[in-house]
Amino acid sequence: MSSPPSHTGLFDVAIIGGGMVGSAIGYGCAERGARVAVLDEGDVALRAARGNFGLVWSQSKGDGMPAYAAWTRQSVALWPALAERASALAGRDVQYRAVGGLTFCLDEAEYAARAHFVQRMHNQGQQGLVMLDRRQLQDLMPGCPLGPAVRGASYQPADGHVDPLTLLRGLQAGMRAAGGVHLPGAAVEAIDPIAGGYRLRRADGSEVSAQRVVIAAGVLTTKLAQMVGLDVPVRPVRGQNIVTERLAPILPLPASAIRQTGDGTVQIGVTSEDDGSFATGTTVDALSRMAGRALRVLPVLAQARMVRGWAALRPMTPDGFPAYAESTTHPGAFVATCHSGVTLAAVHAGPLAGAILTGALPEHARDLHPDRFVGMTDVSSH
Amino acid sequence: MFRRTEPTDCTITWEGRTLPARTGESLAAALLAAGITAFRETPVSGSPRGPLCLMGACFDCLVEVEGAQNMQACLVPVSPGLRVAMQRGARDFVEDAA
Repeated sequence: MSSPPSHTGLFDVAIIGGGMVGSAIGYGCAERGARVAVLDEGDVALRAARGNFGLVWSQSKGDGMPAYAAWTRQSVALWPALAERASALAGRDVQYRAVGGLTFCLDEAEYAARAHFVQRMHNQGQQGLVMLDRRQLQDLMPGCPLGPAVRGASYQPADGHVDPLTLLRGLQAGMRAAGGVHLPGAAVEAIDPIAGGYRLRRADGSEVSAQRVVIAAGVLTTKLAQMVGLDVPVRPVRGQNIVTERLAPILPLPASAIRQTGDGTVQIGVTSEDDGSFATGTTVDALSRMAGRALRVLPVLAQARMVRGWAALRPMTPDGFPAYAESTTHPGAFVATCHSGVTLAAVHAGPLAGAILTGALPEHARDLHPDRFVGMTDVSSH
Repeated sequence: MFRRTEPTDCTITWEGRTLPARTGESLAAALLAAGITAFRETPVSGSPRGPLCLMGACFDCLVEVEGAQNMQACLVPVSPGLRVAMQRGARDFVEDAA
C-alpha cells in the first residue's frame, strides 16, 4: 500500500486474525457494507491456513455433532458461489473442483471400519456418501495407477478441493475491495470496553476501536477469548505436509491425505500431532510414514521428487469441533474457531458474517457454543 | 547476456543443437552462457521460464537430461556429450518409468 491505512474512528467490526477464518469473516462483513479492520500478526503468525490441505470436505465431518455436520453441508452447498467470487477477486482461478472426494482404504480392516463409519454418518443425515470397492474405484478413475493395496474407498460426490493460498488471497482482496483495511504486523494484547464498542491495544502501541470484535485467532484464541469473558480452550495440533514436483495428471479425485493440485503437484498429508507444542518443524519419521502410505495408494509416486515438507498448527478444541459464540459479558464480542477454515469459508463469509453484523448467530453455529467444553478433557482425535 | 570467464572444453546438445560447455560447470550456467534463457514451458500456462535462483530452490530451470524429466539444470554438472532438452509441461512419470 502506498500510504498507511487509517486507524482512526470507530470501525463497525474489528477482526483479530487474518488467516482463513478471519479473512472469510472480514470479507463477508465488508461485502455487506460494514467498515472492517482485520488485525493480523503478519508473517510470524502461526497460521493454520498454511497447512491447510485444500479439501472442501463433508464426508468425515460431524460424527457425534449433527450441528457441525449440517454447518459443513451448508458451507459445501454455498461453495460454488464463493469460488466464483473469490476467483474474480484473486485475479486467478481458485481451482475449486467439486469432483467428489475419496478416503482410501488399504486393507480389509480399514474398509470394514470405513464402511461402519459411513453407515453411522448416514444415520446422522449425510447423503450421497457411499463405499466403493476396488473395481468401482477403477471405473470412477479409469487409468489411475492405483496400487494393489487399495481395497476401496468412501466416496462423497459433493466433496472437492481448492487452492487454499489463492482462496486466502481472494478473501483478503475482497475485504479490501469492499473498503476494509488489513492491519498486519502486531498482535493484540488487550481488549478494553469503551462507549459503543471496544478498543484493541496492539503490541506496536497502536490502537484500533470498533463496535464489534471477532476473535478468529486460531491457536492463540484462548487468551484473547478470556479478555471478553469466553472460555474457549484451543490447543495446537501439528500437521506435516509434503508436496512433490509438478506431475502429469494421475489422481483425478482428491482424497483424504493425498490430492493432486490443479498445478500438478501431489500434496501428501497430514499428521495430527497432539503434543501441546507450538513447534512447527518436520520430522523424518512422520514424513516417511506419510510418504509410505501415499506409495501404497499410488506406487508410481516412488519416482516423484519431493519438493518440500513443512508443518503448520491447527487449532483444536476439546471435542475437535468448531466453536462460535457472542460473549454475554461483552456484547458485540464474538469468537470463531475451527480447524477446517477452507471448507467452512463459505458459511464464514456468508451466514456467520451476516449474523455478526445483526447480533444473532445462525442456527448451526449457535449449537456450537464453547459452553459445551465445561468439564471436558481433550478427547478429539481429528 | 553472460560472458565466460573460463574456456570451454567440451560440447553438449540442447534440443539437438551442439553447444560449447565446460566439464563440471552447472548445466544451467552452460545453457545461459550459450544464450539459452527459456529452459522449460510451465505445466500451468505453457509459458517459457528460465533459471531464477541458480541454487536449487526455485525449480524454474527444469530440463530433460538424458531422457530424465524435471531435472534442475542448476544442480546438474556438465559432462561431455550430455543430451539436454526443454522440459515441456508437467513431468509424465508414468512413461518415464519405462
